[in-house]
Amino acid sequence: MRLIRLTRRVVLAALAVLVAGACAPGASNNPSPSGVHGGTIDIIGVWSDGELDSFNAVLAPWEQQTGVTVNFEASRDQDAILTTRVAAGNPPDLAAAPSPTLLNRFAQQKKLVPLENIIDMNKLKSEYAKSWIDQGTINGHLVEVFSWASIKGFIWYNPKVWQQKGYTVPKTWSDLIALQTKMKGAGDTPWCVTVNSGAATGWPGSDIEKEITLGQVGPDIYDKWWQGKQSWTSPEIKGSWQSFGQLLGPGDSNVYGGANYIVNTDFSKVGDPMFASPPKCMMLNQASFITSFFQKAHPELQPGTDFDYFTMPSQNSANEGIRVGAADAFSIFHDTPQARSLINYLVSPEAQEIWVKRGGKIAVNNKVPVTDYPDVVSQKIAKDLVSNTKQLKYDAGDLMPTDMKNAYWQAIVAFIQDQSKLDSILSGLEQVRSTAYTS
Amino acid sequence: MDLSLLVQDVPTLVVVIVAVPAVLAAYIVGTEYLVRLLPDKLRPRVRPWFWVGPALILVTGFLVLPTLGTVVTSMQDRDGNFIGLLNYQHQLGGFPTGGAWIAIRNNVYWLVLYTLFVLFFGLILAVLFDRVRYESIVKSFIFMPMAISSVALAVIWGFMYSYQPADAPQTGTLNWVVVNVFHHAPVTWLSDTTVNNFSLIAAAIWGITGFAMVILSAALKGIPGELLEAARVDGAGELTIFRRVIFPLMMPTVVVVGTTLVIFALKAFDVVYVMTAGNFQTDVLANRMYKLLYQADNPGGASAVAIILLVAVIPVLIFNLRQFRAVEARR
Amino acid sequence: MTAVAAREEVVRARAWSPAWISQRLQKVLLHVVVIGLTVAWMVPAIGLFVSSFRTFQDINLTGWWTALSPPFKFTVDNYSSVLSSGNLAHSIFNSFMIAIPATVIPTTIAAFAAYAFAWMKFPGRNWLFLALVALLAVPLQLTFVPVLKTYVSIGLVPQNWGFVGVWLAHTGYGLPFAVYLLANFFRALPSDLFESAEIDGAGTLTVFFRIVLPLSVPAIASLVIFQFLWVWNDLLVALIYVGGTQSVAPVTVTLANLTNSLGQGYHLLTAAAFLSMIIPLIVFVSLQRYFVRGILAGSVKG
Repeated sequence: MRLIRLTRRVVLAALAVLVAGACAPGASNNPSPSGVHGGTIDIIGVWSDGELDSFNAVLAPWEQQTGVTVNFEASRDQDAILTTRVAAGNPPDLAAAPSPTLLNRFAQQKKLVPLENIIDMNKLKSEYAKSWIDQGTINGHLVEVFSWASIKGFIWYNPKVWQQKGYTVPKTWSDLIALQTKMKGAGDTPWCVTVNSGAATGWPGSDIEKEITLGQVGPDIYDKWWQGKQSWTSPEIKGSWQSFGQLLGPGDSNVYGGANYIVNTDFSKVGDPMFASPPKCMMLNQASFITSFFQKAHPELQPGTDFDYFTMPSQNSANEGIRVGAADAFSIFHDTPQARSLINYLVSPEAQEIWVKRGGKIAVNNKVPVTDYPDVVSQKIAKDLVSNTKQLKYDAGDLMPTDMKNAYWQAIVAFIQDQSKLDSILSGLEQVRSTAYTS
Repeated sequence: MDLSLLVQDVPTLVVVIVAVPAVLAAYIVGTEYLVRLLPDKLRPRVRPWFWVGPALILVTGFLVLPTLGTVVTSMQDRDGNFIGLLNYQHQLGGFPTGGAWIAIRNNVYWLVLYTLFVLFFGLILAVLFDRVRYESIVKSFIFMPMAISSVALAVIWGFMYSYQPADAPQTGTLNWVVVNVFHHAPVTWLSDTTVNNFSLIAAAIWGITGFAMVILSAALKGIPGELLEAARVDGAGELTIFRRVIFPLMMPTVVVVGTTLVIFALKAFDVVYVMTAGNFQTDVLANRMYKLLYQADNPGGASAVAIILLVAVIPVLIFNLRQFRAVEARR
Repeated sequence: MTAVAAREEVVRARAWSPAWISQRLQKVLLHVVVIGLTVAWMVPAIGLFVSSFRTFQDINLTGWWTALSPPFKFTVDNYSSVLSSGNLAHSIFNSFMIAIPATVIPTTIAAFAAYAFAWMKFPGRNWLFLALVALLAVPLQLTFVPVLKTYVSIGLVPQNWGFVGVWLAHTGYGLPFAVYLLANFFRALPSDLFESAEIDGAGTLTVFFRIVLPLSVPAIASLVIFQFLWVWNDLLVALIYVGGTQSVAPVTVTLANLTNSLGQGYHLLTAAAFLSMIIPLIVFVSLQRYFVRGILAGSVKG
């Protein structure tokens, strides 16, 4: 089971650390095994610009300590570059991937170096939720580790506008539906949704849909679903799509701009109408990283006062507190002393807190203190993760075979364009399921 | 900081500027020297192979051998087992909407519209610009899109095709015109399946017309001025001169440009990949191949699509063969 | 240019005669059409150009044409962000290091081959030529794995050989078009040129360098322009064979990295597009003077 379980025990441990050593986290142990002096390491990642600056800041203390030179290759076409380089026998030493989809494939091809004898497993188990370790374990070997996560299923709103209009944060699914109706009655458009993302168009909508699925059918069916063991046409899955349709409203009437705007507008612009004056929509659903887009497009916005979030209520209260997340995954292709040292460093709280402090990321290592987060909203996310999250499930789309994932995204687009075609859309997905999982 | 790096690169610079042309010149002069050592009768038989040799060796290494490998891969599954023509069956089954058929249909649109419009614009612009003194300036402007990378092309046409709901101010050039001049609801240029393929083709035409114009213009400059003067003195109108003198003389070049454009249309990828990635029924074969190869982990399917592309070129090649046989017969 | 002068003389009619007026009108119409077409063609690029001087927020919220009316609030921030991205100068240098040989090598080798295909007789000539044209249709992505495998096994990697691997790859990929284009132009040269040269006793090298190349300057110039352009704008081939490490990355890689993995920073591409266009445009403009009428005509007479 690739469950990500942040149990109460872990929470308590994390809180203890928080209290005990917020100012000097993990200063007691040296993250990089001694013996590495100099040499080089080749890394391929997708980061560039500000993200790369942050990653370089993470690497800087390690480089200083070990004297290793890092050759970082940034590439947007990671699918093409990494697939080619691995197939041609010329992979980098270490790869940083935004999702495990591609690395899972290399794991099946046995191209990745097992990490269980490289990383101090006892330490890892004490600092990582078991589910993150299970997530990176394929065919009995730990081959991927995760360092920074983003949490999905957050509904963002403007507290000032809500206060003025008398809207309150819904606690349950029916509250949310009632709130929608109230907003429409007051002449407001409830939602902003935008799902365009180039080759990956549809994923932002799939994030909403899979959050609803998890809340409605629970983690067991969720797992069967991405594993290809749950029919898309089953009442459970169909029901969650219908709930998604309930949020969108008949003919997407609950969403600003309607279907055309939703599918044609880049996901990064989702907040623009909400922050326009007067606001053109009241709330939007997007993962934790979206705040950086809010602040880039509207530098005047203050976290906490101009935007805040609540978590999407579950239809079935038993599933409350189970969230969907995704994370940056690291794997090594060459077992070199430099790669060994770096992978150990990347799972350490010392490394992870550097990026956390720079904003936009959430640490996977639970020894990173909440006080490291730069603003009230990200601190709230970090606290939520520790205190209100029973379970964290990995993004189902990223775990499906690529064919299935792409079909899922395209189905989301088709559904938004015409909700009445749900049955034929789902049977189309069912057809893809019959071939995508064979191999 | 950059300067120190540049200094390190001085050996590279020397290699680039001196060694590369020297090696090439030495090759052709040296081989000619070797050919001269042969008896007279043998020389014409041996010489051509020295001249075409480097090109044949390089294309064999970089294109022919990988293509043969592609043929083999196209008959294998993921694990390298021979499965006959099953991959082709997957791509070509399910007519008219299954397999690769949407992509094939779109490639036909590309083939016809892209090729014809680019040839038409290229020819018109080359001929018209030939008659004005500021030719080099206007040519530079038409050529400019060629110099833009495909990512920037997506940004440019993003500004053209951008869509906002009817109640919001339009940010896209075309929708501004549609709303303010034609008083029509804004059009979703990239997701409306009745227009989106044509939107993409238009962007590609804009990007490549400079190519056709430059080559056709080079051919036009090769037509002796005396010939045109003679026609004018005979009192022929400009249209007649174009039809009877210019066009026939440019025909071989039109065939070259047309053939290249047909192949570009079959291989159309960049514009689709950066603007819609094949969503909203705009997929084309090259994009489908890319997705199969890198995302779906299906090299067999990708190879089958590539071979289908290669087979589609055959009719064009036959046309070419006829064309240059005709040229040779004339001389 | 004598040809132009001659044309003017031949067609000049008496002032204010009906023929003179209709000629003038035709002239005006010509200019209107030429300038009109050019301006229409430029609209998308003008949109980009205007946008490159606007802020990210403005680009997002209003159309580019709104910036053309007051209040003006142009900014050069996008340009300064692009220019200050650390690796730009060095990556431009790398691009030259890649693009110059990757243009010179295929053009030269293609000229040799095209001459043989056009004017030498050897068995299988037409079929080889057709096969070469067919190779234009090979999707490059499928060649990456086998070629890179070979490179790795013989050690032809950037650490040992610098850019040699990518020069050869661009040569291999560029040759089909280069040979096709040049052979077509060479074939069109009048055959009496070659006959007279043979009578003079000139060798193959002399004919090639003294007659064929000078007469094909427009064709060679256009080939150089396109090959240079394709290599200059190439991203994928460079990423495969050179990689994206800063010390060897060409300018396309550096500019692609202006946007982050979530697409933030795409507004910088507006400025980047114009900056990256400068070099290819200079190449184009400087080679344009070879596109002149009369090269062939003059030499036939001479």
